[in-house]
Amino acid sequence: MASSIRVRATANGDITEVQALIQHPMDTGFVKDAKGELIPAHYIQQLKFECNGKDVFVADWGTAVSKDPYVKFSFKGAKKGDDLKVSWTDNKGASDTTTAKIS
Amino acid sequence: MKRSLPLAMLLALSLAPAARAANEADYKAAYAAAEAASKEAAGMRNQWTVTVSTLAAAKKAADGGDFDRAVAAAQEAEALAKASIFQATSEKDAWKAMEIR
Amino acid sequence: MKTRTSILLGSLSAALVALALTSPRVVAADKVDPVADAKAFQNFFFQKFPNVKHEDFVNGPYSMNEDMKRQWQEKEEFPPYEFALDAGKEMFATPFKNGKTYADCFPNGGIGIRQNYPYFDEREGKVVTLELALNRCREANGEAPYSYVKDEMASLTAYMAFTSRGKPMDIKIPDDPRALAAFENGKRYFYTRRGQMNFSCAGCHVQSPGERIRAETLAPALGILNAMPIYRSEWSGMGTTSRRFVTCNSQTRAVPLEPQADEYRDVEYFLSYVANGLPISGPGARP
Repeated sequence: MASSIRVRATANGDITEVQALIQHPMDTGFVKDAKGELIPAHYIQQLKFECNGKDVFVADWGTAVSKDPYVKFSFKGAKKGDDLKVSWTDNKGASDTTTAKIS
Repeated sequence: MKRSLPLAMLLALSLAPAARAANEADYKAAYAAAEAASKEAAGMRNQWTVTVSTLAAAKKAADGGDFDRAVAAAQEAEALAKASIFQATSEKDAWKAMEIR
Repeated sequence: MKTRTSILLGSLSAALVALALTSPRVVAADKVDPVADAKAFQNFFFQKFPNVKHEDFVNGPYSMNEDMKRQWQEKEEFPPYEFALDAGKEMFATPFKNGKTYADCFPNGGIGIRQNYPYFDEREGKVVTLELALNRCREANGEAPYSYVKDEMASLTAYMAFTSRGKPMDIKIPDDPRALAAFENGKRYFYTRRGQMNFSCAGCHVQSPGERIRAETLAPALGILNAMPIYRSEWSGMGTTSRRFVTCNSQTRAVPLEPQADEYRDVEYFLSYVANGLPISGPGARP
């Protein structure tokens, strides 16, 4: 199955700008389905971006983040060609990871 | 104005419906009237969501034996339905005033 | 009493004169003139918002608010409709159980044709929308139809819209009294007040684009369908034109019609036609 993470990282001098779109339902646990039953909470608990062995962005999420979250941030200390590793884990124990090259 | 105010009040009091508790017959009459108006609005494809929910609330109250509330809700539903009919009728021509020409 | 009567008569005659002077088209209103209507519609918006580029109107609220536009442009690098678009592309290419595909039902294999919808079907005497045509294609090939308001239909039309991106809206009204009637019916629906809140489409999208309704910035009616289908943050998902009509009706406390009701098809026909010439920008993202 295709990765749930789409990421694009562009280096501009010393600053690398990262954008990522993650496919995840991010259910709050408060919404009822068509039968009237609660859809259990299902959300990303941690999202991590690593580069050159260091964590450059770590997010501890909960149910307040919307479905299919979009993240954008910048960091220093990387250059074109470096690997950026993205990974997430959710409250059901599922996870996904992908690596992209900084362009 | 000064003379007519107490007169108006007297008139209002005499015309006001009797303040007794509603019974099932009252409810059935009120509901029938409301339902007829609601159906007419639906037929004009201009039904309001509040008409439908108020009518349902009337039925629910009656099923629970609260005929006072049931009659009040049925009367409100009828008023809402009639307002939506008025809206559909007047909008048949009124819309043209909004048109960009 | 005499003074009152004369004042009454005076104001009545003044009103009649005013009526005669200000509504010259009332007499000629019998003739439906879509060309003139479209021109008036476009000019109204071009004049009301002289700083908005004509093709920018298809971006809805983003054409009305600089800050929102900037945020939207940043997100367009990784738009929220991307997943639906990919799914739609796959769905479009997947054959039905009988081996045929969507391409067999549409001109040019269904690629780059979205700007021609809706069209007036002269055999049937009704307006046919893209969604309706897609479901008819499915049913003709032994497949169950998709819901008009849910994700699968929106994914399919997202892909088809994407293949038409940039192409100008190109709706045709044949010289057929039924087509003209459909156009006029759509126009009537657009301007008619409905629901307990007594709103018409025009009330928000003609009188108040760029202004707020609670936390939302209103889009202009011109080109409002060019971005369809849309990923709406409010829905946390994709939605078709039908979905928007249905939810808007409910929001004004009017009971919605069926997703492909005649009125909805006609208003889609009207709104698409008056946006002729403006580019398709779908699939879109909205707040």
